[in-house]
Amino acid sequence: MMNDSLFSLVCAGEIFELKAELNSDKKEKKKEAVKKVIASMTVGKDVSALFPDVVNCMQTDNLELKKLVYLYLMNYAKSQPDMAIMAVNTFVKDCEDPNPLIRALAVRTMGCIRVDKITEYLCEPLRKCLKDEDPYVRKTAAVCVAKLHDINAQLVEDQGFLDTLKDLISDSNPMVVANAVAALSEIAESHPNSNLLDLNPQTINKLLTALNECTEWGQIFILDCLANYTPRDDRESQSICERVTPRLSHANSAVVLSAVKVLMKFMEMLPKDLDYYGTLLKKLAPPLVTLLSAEPELQYVALRNINLIVQRRPEILKHEMKVFFVKYNDPIYVKLEKLDIMIRLASQANIAQVLAELKEYATEVDVDFVRKAVRAIGRCAIKVEQSAERCVSTLLDLIQTKVNYVVQEAIVVIKDIFRKYPNKYESVIATLCENLDSLDEPEARAAMIWIVGEYAERIDNADELLESFLEGFHDESTQVQLQLLTAIVKLFLKKPTETQELVQQVLSLATQDSDNPDLRDRGYIYWRLLSTDPVAAKEVVLAEKPLISEETDLIEPTLLEELICHIGTLASVYHKPPSAFVEGSRGVQHKRLPGSAGSGESVESPDTGSAAGVSEAPPAVIPSQGDLLGDLLNLDLTPPTTTGPPPPSSGMQMGAMDLLGGGLDSLMGAGFGAPPAAMPASFTAPVSGGLDDLFDLGGGVGMPMGAYSPPKTVWLPAMKAKGLEISGTFARRAGVIQMEMTLTNKAMSVMTDFAIQFNRNSFGLAPAGPLQVLTPLSPNQSIEVTLPLNTVGPVMKMEPLNNLQVTDVHIYLYHKSHYYLHSRQVFLATWKDIPNDNESQFQIKDCHLNSDAASNKLQGSNIFTIAKRTVEGQDMLYQSMKLTNGIWVLAELRVQAGNPNYTISLKCRAPEVSQCVFQSYEAVLKN
Amino acid sequence: MIGGLFIYNHKGEVLISRVYRDDIGKTWNPSYTSPPSPSHWNHMRNAVDAFRVNVIHARQQVRSPVTNIARTSFFHVKRSNIWLAAVTKQNVNAAMVFEFLYKMCDVMTAYFGKISEENIKNNFVLIYELLDEILDFGYPQNSETGALKTFITQQGIKGQTKEEQSQITSQVTGQIGWRREGIKYRRNELFLDVLESVNLLMSPQGQVLSAHVSGRVVMKSYLSGMPECKFGMNDKIVIDKQGKGGASDDAGKSGKQSIAIDDCTFHQCVRLSKFDSERSISFIPPDGEYELMRYRTTKDIILPFRVIPLVREVGRTKLEVKVVIKSNFKPSLLAQKIEVRIPTPLNTSGVQVICMKGKAKYKASENAIVWKIKRMAGMKESQISAEIELLPTNDKKKWARPPISMNFEVPFAPSGLKVRYLKVFESKLNYSDHDVIKWVRYIGRSGIYETRC
Repeated sequence: MMNDSLFSLVCAGEIFELKAELNSDKKEKKKEAVKKVIASMTVGKDVSALFPDVVNCMQTDNLELKKLVYLYLMNYAKSQPDMAIMAVNTFVKDCEDPNPLIRALAVRTMGCIRVDKITEYLCEPLRKCLKDEDPYVRKTAAVCVAKLHDINAQLVEDQGFLDTLKDLISDSNPMVVANAVAALSEIAESHPNSNLLDLNPQTINKLLTALNECTEWGQIFILDCLANYTPRDDRESQSICERVTPRLSHANSAVVLSAVKVLMKFMEMLPKDLDYYGTLLKKLAPPLVTLLSAEPELQYVALRNINLIVQRRPEILKHEMKVFFVKYNDPIYVKLEKLDIMIRLASQANIAQVLAELKEYATEVDVDFVRKAVRAIGRCAIKVEQSAERCVSTLLDLIQTKVNYVVQEAIVVIKDIFRKYPNKYESVIATLCENLDSLDEPEARAAMIWIVGEYAERIDNADELLESFLEGFHDESTQVQLQLLTAIVKLFLKKPTETQELVQQVLSLATQDSDNPDLRDRGYIYWRLLSTDPVAAKEVVLAEKPLISEETDLIEPTLLEELICHIGTLASVYHKPPSAFVEGSRGVQHKRLPGSAGSGESVESPDTGSAAGVSEAPPAVIPSQGDLLGDLLNLDLTPPTTTGPPPPSSGMQMGAMDLLGGGLDSLMGAGFGAPPAAMPASFTAPVSGGLDDLFDLGGGVGMPMGAYSPPKTVWLPAMKAKGLEISGTFARRAGVIQMEMTLTNKAMSVMTDFAIQFNRNSFGLAPAGPLQVLTPLSPNQSIEVTLPLNTVGPVMKMEPLNNLQVTDVHIYLYHKSHYYLHSRQVFLATWKDIPNDNESQFQIKDCHLNSDAASNKLQGSNIFTIAKRTVEGQDMLYQSMKLTNGIWVLAELRVQAGNPNYTISLKCRAPEVSQCVFQSYEAVLKN
Repeated sequence: MIGGLFIYNHKGEVLISRVYRDDIGKTWNPSYTSPPSPSHWNHMRNAVDAFRVNVIHARQQVRSPVTNIARTSFFHVKRSNIWLAAVTKQNVNAAMVFEFLYKMCDVMTAYFGKISEENIKNNFVLIYELLDEILDFGYPQNSETGALKTFITQQGIKGQTKEEQSQITSQVTGQIGWRREGIKYRRNELFLDVLESVNLLMSPQGQVLSAHVSGRVVMKSYLSGMPECKFGMNDKIVIDKQGKGGASDDAGKSGKQSIAIDDCTFHQCVRLSKFDSERSISFIPPDGEYELMRYRTTKDIILPFRVIPLVREVGRTKLEVKVVIKSNFKPSLLAQKIEVRIPTPLNTSGVQVICMKGKAKYKASENAIVWKIKRMAGMKESQISAEIELLPTNDKKKWARPPISMNFEVPFAPSGLKVRYLKVFESKLNYSDHDVIKWVRYIGRSGIYETRC
């Protein structure tokens, strides 16, 4: 009755009416009026005109009315800052009130009024409240510091509130400690380099004590904060784990997940042979399973996290397959996640059960779920060899149901099974061919065409089948067109006599009637291959394909490590690093697991750790070169996230930034954590000449002695690093890539404890050993350091690796098997295959070498000349090189006798590297 | 941390909105026609609208309880037709946000009953007051209803003495935030309910695919002072430990009846470190009703009923279904509220049922035959048979054959859990453990109890 009218008030006349009521003498009437105002505010009506009248009601001893007025103030103060000042006096007075509830209310509300003028008045009351005798006021004041910091960070620092906040960590009341920790953690997040949360064994001990006593929420704050600490050694790590494990029995799932996070992280530091390590692993499973009986939303969060945990430590849940079986009434998001985990846990021991389940799911209603279930059956076949036969027959049963999307999904996975187990299940091809007509999705059509092409010799009417697809060639999607082209060429190579006409037809369709450059280029390559050298064509087109890997959809290891550090949070739900969805400086910091940062004392590398005790070898992911190139391209051109901020610059500059800038100098940036020197998170330094020594042709090719290595450049000026200057270069000595650095202490004090950490970079560079700086560096002293590097580090690759895609990669494969391109034809073909957009031209000036000398010199730096041609007095050198990360670069160097200026054209799948390659050329030739 | 909290009705109208942080306002929804205005209030409305447009009014079924719209994350839970949404721009602890939303529902229910549009509108001032208290700048604070009710009342606080005030604040922030001092009862009494739900998934051939019991121990305590309690049950680990000590001769006997608990979680009053080291459950209970513990078992479960389905397709237009249920517990016990739900295909045109016991009906709206039996003793058997007429269809898709599900209630704990003792010590007041009147009750209910057919 009354409240319906509260919510339905609109017209302007009523504002006037309210005004009168607000100024009424009767308390009850006033209160009702304020309630009405709040109600209209909630539904989005503008009642800001009533500001002075509402503020007038503030002076009251009725706590309920006071709270209402405060609520109004919080919402409108910002739009009426001048009027909001009117309220300040009451606030300040309330902060002195004998009732602790009122003191807390005042300081809490004041912090929510985000008006600069008011903030100034807040400082004094806040300072008092931080030292209030009542814990309720102190815990409220602690949060208020975080509020104030959000409005005016400088003010908080100047007023010394941060120190007071730090003192509160030692408060006698657990809730005050918890709120202080929460506030400090958040403030520290926006100051990645400040040593705000100075976690040392003493504070950790205090936190662990408070952990036993505070509310469930406080426990979450404390555990999340603990997770940021890096214990000094395995003993400390174990003792913290021991004190955290009781939390696994807490009723609050968030407490449990945060405890799991701490344990997963600190476990990295424990020796694997320790009894306690095994005990801990066993203790982790039951609470994770219990999370699955929580409400569906929490189940979803838990499942997303379990997905990460299973990838990192499969041994924890390997016996718990049954709990991930899908229930009929589970919400769809829970079903899909469970399915994912089932596949990850599938092993020889439980495969029969899993398959029986998956077969059930394939008859469900939800289309997405059914598709995923069918795909899962295929993945089981690929993962557990013993089950492959059963999986295939299950898939065949499903195909018999003739449900359109089931059939299509099944064909897509069967294609993958063929790739994994060649010459084993081809007997089913006949059944597949029966369903040709029902395929309407490009992926399924492409898969089917691939199958027909690949097994053309066993399918009697392969030519008819492919011909039927060819009729609607122009209406097909690119994926299907490319497959069709390749399939027909394969068919022709296998049955040349009957299919001459067909191949002619498809080649002309692809090359003459198509607007798609990829299709055209591929058409031309085939055409030329077929017309010049059919034997080579056969070798290329019918080359043996590498086996696809068993594990699929794995999260790239460095990302996984980072996500493990974020268990329980949104990042672990999205499976994306926080920087992908958080704006500003928050969350940009990348967290890493301890022990994996290349510190000398890490017990064992985490990769071997995860494999310990599991029968399977660590998941071997063999990205085919095509995928890698593709991913590198995708990755370096777009930020790792779908919604990332636009890159700072564009064009060539950006390419250089990403490959060298992003890869190498940010590797320097966050890398040098010399304790007194806190580094700025990112800075750009000129690292231009580093590339040529990264060329990987070490194996078998002798290294000429005088190989060029660029002079050292200053990577990090002393100004930016509190006195530490770093200059360095990359060189290849005796076939090993090394980073040579000169560290100079330009500060006044002694520096010790140097460590280096490499960020993920496009070349997969990682230190091969720890940084050896034994002596402390006294002021003005310099030291030369050489750090051997290897290229087995993680290549920065953000998308989950998906190697089940069958791409026609034989062109790239050809490169791989011959190591460098020595055949002119292949060079030409590749040159043509790379889109013209990727070509870039540069001038090298003042170079007084003839073409032969240049060729020799370049060979010293692993750039090989494949062919030489002389046209009208110009020497054309055709050269190829391969970067350590597998990117091929082709170059055409034009040298005119007597002209010191060379012209160089570079073509590469990843055009961003061109600029760097050019600079390397210039450096090598002029040296 | 949480940037804001909104409550919507089913139409997507905002009933409650509380914004803690400015950043969430910057959500910009392209379908919103006017440009974002700089004022704080309008900022917030964009986030509000973004959620309405993208989740509440979304054409498709919600695919995730967490949605990211324009770099803003929305967490939602739904209670009847009310949506609760928490909004943030940071990398918050997602589990915590959901736990908080559930807690928020609990608190609201404790204050004004069912969460409905009407109740929320009638209590919006109270809700704002609660939100102010339990979520400060997006950090959840003490949200125990017991504590909140001492100082957030719908009457307003009147005439508190200084002692009362400081008692409130020390309780809200204290180590025992869930109980206040000075509680007095003439009769010290406690009730323990062991509530279990037994879950089963069985194959048509009678093979147990998965079975587990999730149980709760709910306690109603009406005890004076600050009593220290100790709870004991036939936990295998505890009993084996005692058995090893070799003290009592009934260790062997009770050892047989002990149960293996896979995992358990406790109310925050239980001292977890003590449980971890000694496996003893000791606590100072909140006053009134609360959930002491939850547990899960998977071994040696007594499955109270067995369902044996037989489905035969007779031609394309007829199905014959026969279902037998067998009760599997002591004949002296009675199961209640038995309901068997047999799904029927969508193209069912008519059903004829014959059952030996109870009543069975075909419910077209639910696509199922519902067979209800009021009571059934242990070690009995009953049967239903049905003929289902089907309309001929040309739908290629096969009927998915959902599982046959069952509901029931039995007066014992299917996990085998037994309460051994609950000791109460209160040193300051003059009542002892045997002055306390204790009641224990066991109820086993069906959770998801399904047999595939």
